[in-house]
Amino acid sequence: MAGSQDTAARSGVTAGHATGSDRRERLRQFWKSDFVRSSPYWAIPLAIMGLAVYGGIIWNFLISLTDYEGFLQPPDYGHLDFEMYARALGDPAVFSTGKNTFVLLLAFTTVSLVLGLFLAILLDRDLRQKNTVQTIYLLPMALSFVVTAQFWLWMYNYDNGLVNTIVGLFGLGPYNWIGDPQLVLGAVIFALIWQFSGYCMVVFLAGLQSIPTDQFEAARVDGASIIKTYWRIIIPQLKSASVSAAVVLMIFALKIFTFLYAMFGTYRPPKGTDVLATLMVRQAFNLQNWAYAAAIATILLTMALVVVAPYLYYQYRARAL
Amino acid sequence: MSQATTSERDGVARILPDMSYRRIGVYFVVLFFTAFFLSPIWTGLVTSLKSSGAATTPFLPPTPSNFTLENWGRAFDMLSRGFINSFAMAIPSTLLDVLLGSMAAYGLTLVDWRRQMPVVLLFVFGIFLPYQAILVPLSDFWTNVMPLTKGLIIEGVTIVPPSERWGTLAELTLTHVAYGIPICFLLFRSYYKGISQELVEAAKVDGASITKIYTRIVLPLSKPMIGVVLIYQFTQIWNEFLFSLTLIGSSSDKAATITLILSGLGADLSGVNFPLRMAGAFLAALPTLFIYVLFAEEFAEGQAT
Repeated sequence: MAGSQDTAARSGVTAGHATGSDRRERLRQFWKSDFVRSSPYWAIPLAIMGLAVYGGIIWNFLISLTDYEGFLQPPDYGHLDFEMYARALGDPAVFSTGKNTFVLLLAFTTVSLVLGLFLAILLDRDLRQKNTVQTIYLLPMALSFVVTAQFWLWMYNYDNGLVNTIVGLFGLGPYNWIGDPQLVLGAVIFALIWQFSGYCMVVFLAGLQSIPTDQFEAARVDGASIIKTYWRIIIPQLKSASVSAAVVLMIFALKIFTFLYAMFGTYRPPKGTDVLATLMVRQAFNLQNWAYAAAIATILLTMALVVVAPYLYYQYRARAL
Repeated sequence: MSQATTSERDGVARILPDMSYRRIGVYFVVLFFTAFFLSPIWTGLVTSLKSSGAATTPFLPPTPSNFTLENWGRAFDMLSRGFINSFAMAIPSTLLDVLLGSMAAYGLTLVDWRRQMPVVLLFVFGIFLPYQAILVPLSDFWTNVMPLTKGLIIEGVTIVPPSERWGTLAELTLTHVAYGIPICFLLFRSYYKGISQELVEAAKVDGASITKIYTRIVLPLSKPMIGVVLIYQFTQIWNEFLFSLTLIGSSSDKAATITLILSGLGADLSGVNFPLRMAGAFLAALPTLFIYVLFAEEFAEGQAT
């Protein structure tokens, strides 16, 4: 759309002192331009996506200014104010879920990235059955969160779960991983790391494979140790891969809902692992506080923007998009 | 990992020509993580094959005395409606997403016009949208503005008869199409950037129209990427849960997708019937597992992009 204004502006400037036939010629040029000719290709998807994404965001913001609750009927837009945001800022539930969101985001992102990098370095060499190993490590990513949540619910089972069997070997436990508010957030984060570290590994492997091997050779000839080689030469070159993976993980951590719902089977996960994303869905679809839920959704969106906007700007400047 | 200089390494290599200790160590770590990634899936599998009372020692395979396929049979009966519903919405929405994503990427990557970057950014941000941010208007839209469950009746003439089940599934399909476009766009865009511009330019000089370049040159060249996007997007939509939950609501609904039914399978007041639920989890994962095992490379490519 910016392009159309641009082209129109350019023809507008010259149109002032142009003859009629000249103007017709320019119009003809415009209709023949690549911008117009290619528009059916990108404008249809843009219209559908734009309506759904940006229309949805604006509509959601409008709803958050109303007092809409109860049955799903058209909300009343006659009286708009920021009451719901004031309510959210004073709500202890928003504060505690915000804290859990932050802990989950930080721990899950960091550990998944470090483990993914370790696995990528581990597999970035001649190994027998390397492809099979990679397929196994990435396997959890092919499964739905609803499915993996069931597996982990069973893993964390108090009486028969594998986790308690293993810690029992070391004379510990059994622990009530799901029921204990002190443990449940850690248990959820661990399960998510299990699911996502294979993804991080694939991203890092793609980055590692783009580094020419003569850099390894050169470092070896210079007598650098393996750890030094990775730390000084290889890892700095994985910066853009790490940033991309980190953004994907952080956004996932912000919107995590499915795994928690599927694991606990209810809109209300245990207090220790209740996050903003579950609070939002619960307020909307369980308690029918639509306007309040929309306000929490706006807060979530703002947090996502804080993560994504610098990333997109950086990618845009680097011409990587 | 000591200061292994080349001479030291040669020394070790002379003593142990095939296997160095480091190599054995690497294989040990690789095996450890293989066990780590497989154990939840393995315990789920063996548990699903045991009769309910015998679901102890979760990592051991069932003995002949407590081996049973009954859980799989029961889970299949309970999930069969979900299978049909999930296929009915996932297949059309995947195909539409691939088409729309490829079209948008073509118009914004291989056709060059000024100031297209803002439009590209609009698409890319859509990938990172937390769906919570649009859930309330989304359900408002499908309930009040455009309820497809009521069918399509224009001036008393019924064009599409009202149907709770298929109407809801159509709403879900369109939702997936709309929110799937951004990621499909980006996957195609990254691929189209690698297609030689000269080829497109040459066709243009020869007088080929933009549509002709797309159908004759770009689409045939896109075949590998179409495979990647099909696999990626089908897996995403099949596995998705939040839209199903909020648009359909209950697992007893006629339109319930497979993930929605699975989330409550085998649960009652006395707790969860784990063997049944594990069998259900495997059944729900079967189509994506099947695709994953067959096309692991394409799947990895979609993830890495």
